[in-house]
Amino acid sequence: MPTVSVGRDCLFAALGQTYTQEKFEELCFNFGIELDDVTTEKAIMRKECHLEEEADDDEEVIYKIEVPANRYDLLCLEGLAQALRVFNGKEGTPAYTLASISKESMLKIHVHKETSKIRPYVVCAVLRDINFDEASYNSFIELQDKLHENICRRRTLVAIGTHDLDTLQGPFTYEALPPEKINFVPLKQEKNFRADELMEVYKSDLKLKKYLHIIENSPVYPVIYDCRRTVLSLPPIINGAHSSITLKTKNVFIECTATDLTKAKIVLNTMVTAFSLYCRNKYEVEPVEVVYDGGKSLISPELSEYSMEVPLSYISRSIGVSLKADEVASLLNRMQLRAEKGASGGEQNIKVSVPPTRSDVLHPCDVMEDVAIAYGYNNIPKTKFPSSEVVSLIELEDLLRLEVAMNGFTEIKSWILCSYQENFAMLNRTDDKSTAVIIANPRSADFEVVRTTLMLGGLKTIGKNKNKSKPIKLFEVSDTVQLDGTKDVGATNVRRLTALYCGTNSGFERIHSLLDRVMEVMATPFVPIGDSSGYYIQRSDHAREFLPDRQASIIYKGKHIGMFGIVHPQVLKNFDIPDPCSVLELDIEPFLQA
Amino acid sequence: MAEQAILSYLETHEEIADSGNFAAECGIDHAEIVNAIKSLHGFLYVESQDIKKETWVLTDEGKKYAAEGSPEVQLFLAVPAEGSIAKDELQKKFDPAIFKIGCSQAGKNKWVEMGRQVSRKVVQVEDKVKDLLLKIQKGQVIGQVDINSLKARKLIVLQTWKGYSVRKGPSYAPQREKFATDLTRENLQSGDWKKLKFKEYNFNAKGPPSECGHLHPLNKARCFEEMPTNRYVESSFWNFDALFQPQQHPARDSHDTFFLKTPSTTMQLPEDYVERVKQVHESGGYGSRGYNYEWKREEANKNLLRTHTTAISSRMLYKLAQDTKQNGFTPKKYFSIDRVFRNEAVDRTHLAEFHQIEGLICDRGLTLGHLIGVLEDFFKRLGMSNLRFKPAYNPYTEPSMEIFSYHEGFGKWVEIGNSGMFRPEMLQPMGFPEDVRVIAWGLSLERPTMILYGIDNIRDLFGHRVDLDLIKKSPLCLIGIK
Repeated sequence: MPTVSVGRDCLFAALGQTYTQEKFEELCFNFGIELDDVTTEKAIMRKECHLEEEADDDEEVIYKIEVPANRYDLLCLEGLAQALRVFNGKEGTPAYTLASISKESMLKIHVHKETSKIRPYVVCAVLRDINFDEASYNSFIELQDKLHENICRRRTLVAIGTHDLDTLQGPFTYEALPPEKINFVPLKQEKNFRADELMEVYKSDLKLKKYLHIIENSPVYPVIYDCRRTVLSLPPIINGAHSSITLKTKNVFIECTATDLTKAKIVLNTMVTAFSLYCRNKYEVEPVEVVYDGGKSLISPELSEYSMEVPLSYISRSIGVSLKADEVASLLNRMQLRAEKGASGGEQNIKVSVPPTRSDVLHPCDVMEDVAIAYGYNNIPKTKFPSSEVVSLIELEDLLRLEVAMNGFTEIKSWILCSYQENFAMLNRTDDKSTAVIIANPRSADFEVVRTTLMLGGLKTIGKNKNKSKPIKLFEVSDTVQLDGTKDVGATNVRRLTALYCGTNSGFERIHSLLDRVMEVMATPFVPIGDSSGYYIQRSDHAREFLPDRQASIIYKGKHIGMFGIVHPQVLKNFDIPDPCSVLELDIEPFLQA
Repeated sequence: MAEQAILSYLETHEEIADSGNFAAECGIDHAEIVNAIKSLHGFLYVESQDIKKETWVLTDEGKKYAAEGSPEVQLFLAVPAEGSIAKDELQKKFDPAIFKIGCSQAGKNKWVEMGRQVSRKVVQVEDKVKDLLLKIQKGQVIGQVDINSLKARKLIVLQTWKGYSVRKGPSYAPQREKFATDLTRENLQSGDWKKLKFKEYNFNAKGPPSECGHLHPLNKARCFEEMPTNRYVESSFWNFDALFQPQQHPARDSHDTFFLKTPSTTMQLPEDYVERVKQVHESGGYGSRGYNYEWKREEANKNLLRTHTTAISSRMLYKLAQDTKQNGFTPKKYFSIDRVFRNEAVDRTHLAEFHQIEGLICDRGLTLGHLIGVLEDFFKRLGMSNLRFKPAYNPYTEPSMEIFSYHEGFGKWVEIGNSGMFRPEMLQPMGFPEDVRVIAWGLSLERPTMILYGIDNIRDLFGHRVDLDLIKKSPLCLIGIK
């Protein structure tokens, strides 16, 4: 969930009232956002620099507020304050409009077809006669950062450039050129760079280097020019210094280049709806015509409202509260959705207009949720249910766990992920490449492989508990995973029981006893070798994790289901276990197939 | 000692013809020699053949007569050579049993005249019985008539003697090797485990009986059907796409999810359903606008370790929807508790794997009110009754509610789980009728457990770094009972 930092006093001023922290938290909770942290600018600085100074009383308090990941409109103070004002019923949802200018006088941006090779889309808009103060200017910059980190997926999907329009001359062109042909003075630099040189320079730039990969290997780089060949930006990396905006900028040109047109439109709408507030004509945005090679064109931004008709019965029946159309409409109005009673035939519908700020509304269920939020989740009366059966594998597991514990073994819960070494070499095993699921992107060597044997966790636990009094008797019932070509995903879980004994001697007989007891509770008779009506034990010598002279296969109803043996001293050494140890491991699923 | 005597003897001799003789020669008890032979035979050091000999030995009575003379001779000697002795007086000199036998035998042999007075009829007698008994004691052979008479008087019995003749066996060695029965700490410390030979273990016998307690078989009643969650490896399709989670969603980053090298992709998905999922992501449908992006099959095919058990829920619901098409809709309640995986840095409160508890109810006409009702019931059993619900965002539920509980100890509201109603964009492509709703909730098992036991480092609870004492000492979980 994204977090937005806003000055408390600025926020309260924008809300038109002050709150105690408790009351503000209450408001957040009901609206569906969360006051995550309360701090100050200086406290953040102190923390970053590890300073231990006393806090002053007059430091500005910062609220860190967590907002839902699909509510881009809440990523800045302007949008957040507006949403809460509307929620509190202090004002209605603003109507956003495009300035009515003729198509001829509209700014244009021409898109060259080469851009399709690297970053095919661009949408633009102009904020006219804007009036920034320091707070709103900072908020404008921060919103771009927030959008870049969230919906723009670190600029891969969309990148935003904002410019002082008065330094530029339209029409603009959006081109894709070989890097050596692009020359400009980038933001925060004094001298001219060639685009390829610039990329080298940014390799050591902490903030920018993470974006270089997006275009680095492309033969052409995207670039926006004005009609005098001034570079506006080299998206998604950096803007030109020439057109950079300042506190004094009056007319802002916004361009969003993208690989995903839908998201570019959402991003542009988020920017202009939040900041058109500061324009002389409040909530008015000047459109820009985007003209593609071949003459196709579109006007951006698209601020039209999306309308939906939602049956009243759907809303009432989903929430579980009987509501009248008027009530629903007024609840929706508090969620920035303009709504009115509509009638289509016999069934009563609610006509909903979704403003450009609410790109999260996809389906009538989103409208229904907003009704529920405005009504108050905690005001919804609860409805009770009456209550059925059990999957046998899980029940079996529970019964076996109890039984083994009663035999004096202690239950452990170990990790399913392990290192490659642990799963193979440390158990004297070699990887035949046909058993283990391998992780592609492990964060550390501890998570390379999904274990194929359950005894691993027990051995590791004993190794880490060697100072404990002996004997140590452990068990676990859990899953291992095997590659399995018959399964859709190519792998399958195998539920197993493992038990370990570690003491001054290996306790091999104890482990043997435990196996007998498990078979006893599974009502399985001990039968002569070769008889498939019960279980028998067959001497073995091939399992390399066990001593060759002390290991055996467990044959249950004619099928090999597991083994027990004295752990090989080399394996003990690998797991740092100084005392002899015996292990039992068997599949429990065959018990259900009988 | 007996063992070594046998092995040494066979080193230079072909055979021990008779273990009895051998024992006598070595001055070792025959029983000891026999035990050694049996043991050596078991390990194939020697081969042995049974020898059976039958001999007459003296009974206790026979041994007594061999020493003291037969009763009839004793009686004869007690009668004076001249004259006679009163029978009463004679009787006083003997044990009653001896006197009785003595009278009877001496009378039968016509050695004495029996009456009130007893006198000799012959001058002297030979103690033939004693001589025969002594001969038998020495192992000498006597005639069959004599044997029969001694046997009739129960002075001798036939005894079968068992011994062996012994030769070298297939594994003969002049020194017996030590066979181990178990691996010991000393073996490990000294390193001699490498040379250790084990005594053959009898897998045809059961192990020793185990010492344990037993529980009364309890009847269990559960009101939800438990989902088969034994499937850690999952495709992105079931884990994300089927849940209407867009492919650019941050949770699908490798920063959050373990993707797999082997097996890297899923091999099979239900194609017609995949097509409907693609449609709903790309352009909507079922009343939705969709996400309007180009949905890629390769992304859906990527295998991963499931990030939530909701992947299982999506499979179960898809199955249920197919069943609905065939047989009509049946309401269902499912739950699961199992492991999920996140590619996170491990610290005091985060693990790369943890347990998720999930519950869901699928029925017609379900409301948010039902969800709230179920959650209150569910958490009450975990001992949490003061609940509040906060609007939240989740790609596959709408509405979504975070569940908060007031924690007395912390003095604040603590988030304990997440819940919601599955989106129509998830359910309808599966094939459910429009009016079927699914309410669902999920929480981690670790979080409430840590709060309950006051554990502040999750690694103390879970994984191989666990302190075993903690597991042993942790008291019974009494929440929901008090």
